[in-house]
Amino acid sequence: MAILQYREALRAAMTEEMERDERVFLMGEEVAEYNGAYKVSEGMLEKFGPKRIIDTPISENGFCGLGVGAAMNGLRPIIEFMTFNFSFVAIDQIINNAAKIRYMSGGQFKVPIVFRGANGAAGQLAATHNTSTESIYSTVPGLKVITPSNPDDAKGLLKSAIRDDNPVLFMESEVMFGMKGEVSDAEDYIIPIGKARIAREGTDVTIVAHSKSYWIAMKVAERLEYEGYSAEVIDPRTIRPLDIDTIVESIKKTNRCVIIDESNPFASISSEMTYQIQERAFDHLDAPIVRITAKDVPAPYAKNLIEYYMPQEEDAYQACKRVMYVQ
Amino acid sequence: MAKLTRKPATKKAPAKKRATKSQADSDAQGGVIPDKLSLTVDFATYPAGKYSHTDCDLSEDQVLGMYRNMLLQRRFEERAAQMYGKQKIAGFLHLYIGQEAISTGTATAINIGQDSVITAYRDHGHGLALGMSPNEGMAEMFGKVGGCSRGKGGSMHFFSKEKGLFGGHGIVGAHVPVGVGIAFGHKYKESGGVAIAFYGDGAVGQGAIHEAANLMSVYELPAILVVENNQYAMGTSIHRAFGQTEFSHHSVAYDVKGAVVDGMDVFAVCKAMQDHVALARENKPTMMEIRTYRYRGHSMSDPQKYRTKEELESKKNEDPIIRLKAYILENKITNDDALDAIDDDVKKEVMASVEFAENSPAPELSEIYDNVYDEADYPYLS
Ligand SMILES: Cc1ncc(C[n+]2csc(CCOP(=O)(O)OP(=O)(O)O)c2C)c(N)n1
Ligand SMILES: [Mg+2]
Repeated sequence: MAILQYREALRAAMTEEMERDERVFLMGEEVAEYNGAYKVSEGMLEKFGPKRIIDTPISENGFCGLGVGAAMNGLRPIIEFMTFNFSFVAIDQIINNAAKIRYMSGGQFKVPIVFRGANGAAGQLAATHNTSTESIYSTVPGLKVITPSNPDDAKGLLKSAIRDDNPVLFMESEVMFGMKGEVSDAEDYIIPIGKARIAREGTDVTIVAHSKSYWIAMKVAERLEYEGYSAEVIDPRTIRPLDIDTIVESIKKTNRCVIIDESNPFASISSEMTYQIQERAFDHLDAPIVRITAKDVPAPYAKNLIEYYMPQEEDAYQACKRVMYVQ
Repeated sequence: MAKLTRKPATKKAPAKKRATKSQADSDAQGGVIPDKLSLTVDFATYPAGKYSHTDCDLSEDQVLGMYRNMLLQRRFEERAAQMYGKQKIAGFLHLYIGQEAISTGTATAINIGQDSVITAYRDHGHGLALGMSPNEGMAEMFGKVGGCSRGKGGSMHFFSKEKGLFGGHGIVGAHVPVGVGIAFGHKYKESGGVAIAFYGDGAVGQGAIHEAANLMSVYELPAILVVENNQYAMGTSIHRAFGQTEFSHHSVAYDVKGAVVDGMDVFAVCKAMQDHVALARENKPTMMEIRTYRYRGHSMSDPQKYRTKEELESKKNEDPIIRLKAYILENKITNDDALDAIDDDVKKEVMASVEFAENSPAPELSEIYDNVYDEADYPYLS
């Protein structure tokens, strides 16, 4: 096992896949000469040259469309968003072109493309720079959505995403780029898309949480353990397709579920999960499912308000006790 | 109400209005395509040092007011940078230092209150130039209720309805069509106002700007699109991002007048704005490139490896505040002591804004639900 930062794991995945497959290239704002706005692609220009590591103007709509066209014509683009907030100026390319061209062409064209970059809130950045976009993009058939919570998953899943023949949205996190963790040094480390990870086994309550909410879940599980309760933590890792089987199996054992999701709550990942769980495991539930999400408002700037906006560890902890009826 | 009709396709604009002239070669042998097509274009230019304050119809008092205003922006941001270091300000903080002649020159040329300004996230200078108080600016960045946006927006989102500032905006280029919409509002209401939309050189890469330019042209709106070309978008110089780095040339594509302005000379900016605001008041939209330079990094965490120390040093000789100071002394508008007194006064005002921001309360948690919707009793999920 090597210890890598999250950003280093992403870089390793891209580097390995670019060495393996000539058709893969990386394009985005400041990815080449500046070495990446968040240093994810540091050194890659030097290694692969300007043909394959390509700086762009601030033209997301343009270069996402370019990526779609290149993918239709046989290449395998990795398109970096400085953050997914800026994917909204290119949303037409993602939702109308990347997601639908295979279907509309009767399968003649495929669009093997990865859109990747930081997603979700990152502090006092105010409303337009703090969006958790995974709920929005997950509603779109034709897209896959991946949200790794740690360096190991980041590496194994990004390699899978680059090899996948579908458009994949790969969502990282500004606040996790520097996070260190063990990463498998298996020769060709691949984690399949659509498989959840049982991060911690338990018997009393299931906590489902992805991306940085996962770390809240782990803290809550520790606190509960200290009090003698056993929480099972599941990181879905992939949002679409969702590994509902693993979640349902867990709930059959614990009979309780709390979901932590940084998205705004209305029509979100947590609402979708809740529907699927009640459909599959209604008879196994001993308490209503509780979700802890961002508030139902745009992200505010003020320090106290953005802290209040985010899913709180304390709320998640209380929710677990509530569904266990030990409060 | 003025009629907002589309330009009739057949209408040939009078030669005066046209910035561009296409010349079809007359030898063409029938058909619709001439043998040769060429283009002659004239752009207005506003070089540094060409205009005096009297050329801009400014009194000496007004010149001193402009000096004070530029200095206020400078000292305010120097203090903001320090407060960022002390973690009183968080998130992104983009300084306007070096570009102050643009905001002050513009504010001097327009009718504040009647006219409208919209800009990107590098917005402190425009706010202070339009007359927003340092108190409400500093408190906004501190995330306090005394801030111009009640602490909801932070550095990137200064708004003042009263002063006609329709915001600082964080998504590159996205506010420019909004600026054109503000101009549409002025024309529709026959308010006599004009709208000026500022954006960076990097924003020129956004499709939204080109759509906006065409819309203002085709609807003949009282709008000015102004690119503040400080030559870099984060670490990307204009030469790496654009096939055409003469941004004024874009005006040709939309058949509006184009101009190039030296943004280090406040009188060049003021004169350019006076001329173009006058055109806008007659519903003649224009595009303007103002060349400037940002002395600081893109935001607070920028190692600035993309430019040399020498380049930065050489540009510092063009500092718009030093230039204006020299002008004032040369023309004996006042003396050194008086200018120092202005600086002292400005520093006090800025210090007072820090104190104001410190003492302003943080928003109540319940305020998180304020101003999402018009209804105070909207049924939020909780
Ligand atoms: C659509 C979009 N893409 C990317 C960004 C990230 N970003 C913020 S500022 C900036 C550079 C903009 O440069 P420029 O327009 O020249 O303005 P300046 O910072 O020089 O004032 C970038 C890429 C963004 N905010 N919005
Ligand atoms: Mg710029």
